[in-house]
Amino acid sequence: MLVIGSREFSQAPPGPFPDPEFTRHNYLTPFPPLLSSLSRPRRRRLSRSGMQSLARSALRPALRARTFASSATRAQAAAVEKQPLLKEFKIYRWNPDEPEKKPTLQSYTIDLNQCGPMVLDALIKIKNEIDPTLTFRRSCREGICGSCAMNINGQNTLACLCRIDRNASKDSKIYPLPHMYIVKDLVPDLTLFYKQYKSIEPYLKNDNPPEKGEFLQSQEDRKKLDGLYECILCACCSTSCPSYWWNQDEYLGPATLMAAYRWIADSRDAYGAQRKERLQNEMSMYRCHTIFNCARTCPKGLNPAAAIAKIKLELAAD
Amino acid sequence: MMSTRVLGLGPALRKAVFSPRIVRNQIVLRNVAAKRGVQTQSLPPSASIEILNKQRLKRPSSPHFTIYQPQLTWLGSIANRMTGAALSVLLYGFSLAYLISPTNFSSAKVVEYVKQVPDSVKYAGKVILAAPFAFHSFNGLRHLGWDMGYFLSLKGAYRSGYAVLGATALGTVALVLM
Repeated sequence: MLVIGSREFSQAPPGPFPDPEFTRHNYLTPFPPLLSSLSRPRRRRLSRSGMQSLARSALRPALRARTFASSATRAQAAAVEKQPLLKEFKIYRWNPDEPEKKPTLQSYTIDLNQCGPMVLDALIKIKNEIDPTLTFRRSCREGICGSCAMNINGQNTLACLCRIDRNASKDSKIYPLPHMYIVKDLVPDLTLFYKQYKSIEPYLKNDNPPEKGEFLQSQEDRKKLDGLYECILCACCSTSCPSYWWNQDEYLGPATLMAAYRWIADSRDAYGAQRKERLQNEMSMYRCHTIFNCARTCPKGLNPAAAIAKIKLELAAD
Repeated sequence: MMSTRVLGLGPALRKAVFSPRIVRNQIVLRNVAAKRGVQTQSLPPSASIEILNKQRLKRPSSPHFTIYQPQLTWLGSIANRMTGAALSVLLYGFSLAYLISPTNFSSAKVVEYVKQVPDSVKYAGKVILAAPFAFHSFNGLRHLGWDMGYFLSLKGAYRSGYAVLGATALGTVALVLM
């Protein structure tokens, strides 16, 4: 596959590349393919791409010769003049400088054709162009930092991984993570959440480290950690859990409990019994009623409910 | 060309070069005007915790079940809790009433009372009793399955949830027709 700019071509360009290895090795160097021999739709795609100038200069002689110029310019014009697609976003607002004012939903309308595909793009566009006071956390914009966790259209997810619903007749509602104290607008106070995570001692504990080198682990044992270690602590699952809504002062919540199981399940950790002992009470873990909101909402596709069920099984077997 | 592209300056430079002078001046003006006219005051670091604590006292709690999307997962759980509570209230209420006044709440009296009630009320009452009983029983089996380690995937949770709803419908019809 040859990649030119951001566009992909499913086959190697015809002509002066007889080497079959070309497709494997040369994808980093953008050769101008022989444009005169390209079919029409493919040329149109190219003219819209970031390689416009290159394409144009290469195309020009061919176009003049074949008088395709008018159709090519029409295709270009169509790409530029998109009808605005106005969509309304209703966003939870609360300002700590005016604490007596009740939280409200503020409405913003933006043109989706002038905006990136994700909800985070819309939020950034609103903050840049309409209302710089709108406050939210974001960092990596690719679903690995967990900063932009919020409640979008009723579901907790990462704004950077959540596509904007392009149905413009329906508004999009954006709230902060549910049942959390709000610092400002879409920023919840996660102090307690992090304290709970810290309380389970989320690190390897083993008093007998190997004399030389590192801890070794069989492939089967390593496999037990898949689906556990990927958690990014975005707090989507914990704040989707009704049990956590009502009991977050004592119940640890799905994210923390899955992290606890990650260390209980680790063959290199020697403190599994003590870790389990600390969960052996009414509140820490047994407030989990297997509701499955956590697994349903996890933006990384993990399953905290299953991890908690496995801790319960292990505790029952003790 | 190459260096500006690397730095991502291409569009900005192009804009600055090609935009008429008035627009360029406006950009400068806007940058100057954006400087805030807000007064700031210097505080020792120790004062920050006090401000933070004051703010914490006034923080609102974000909305939860009123805005969360209705999903089979948590609605099923709430239904399980409510049917359980309702059935318990009925059981304990009837038992206590029987304890207090055995003659008024004896089986014979209840049968006699139900007999003189019209058919429509009879069926409605049966549905009201049968549906929660069926749901709570089948969902209880689902919970036992979970506790034994079955259907713990999200798919499993949903399939078993729909199975419970189906079984509840069938069970309710069967109980009502009994």
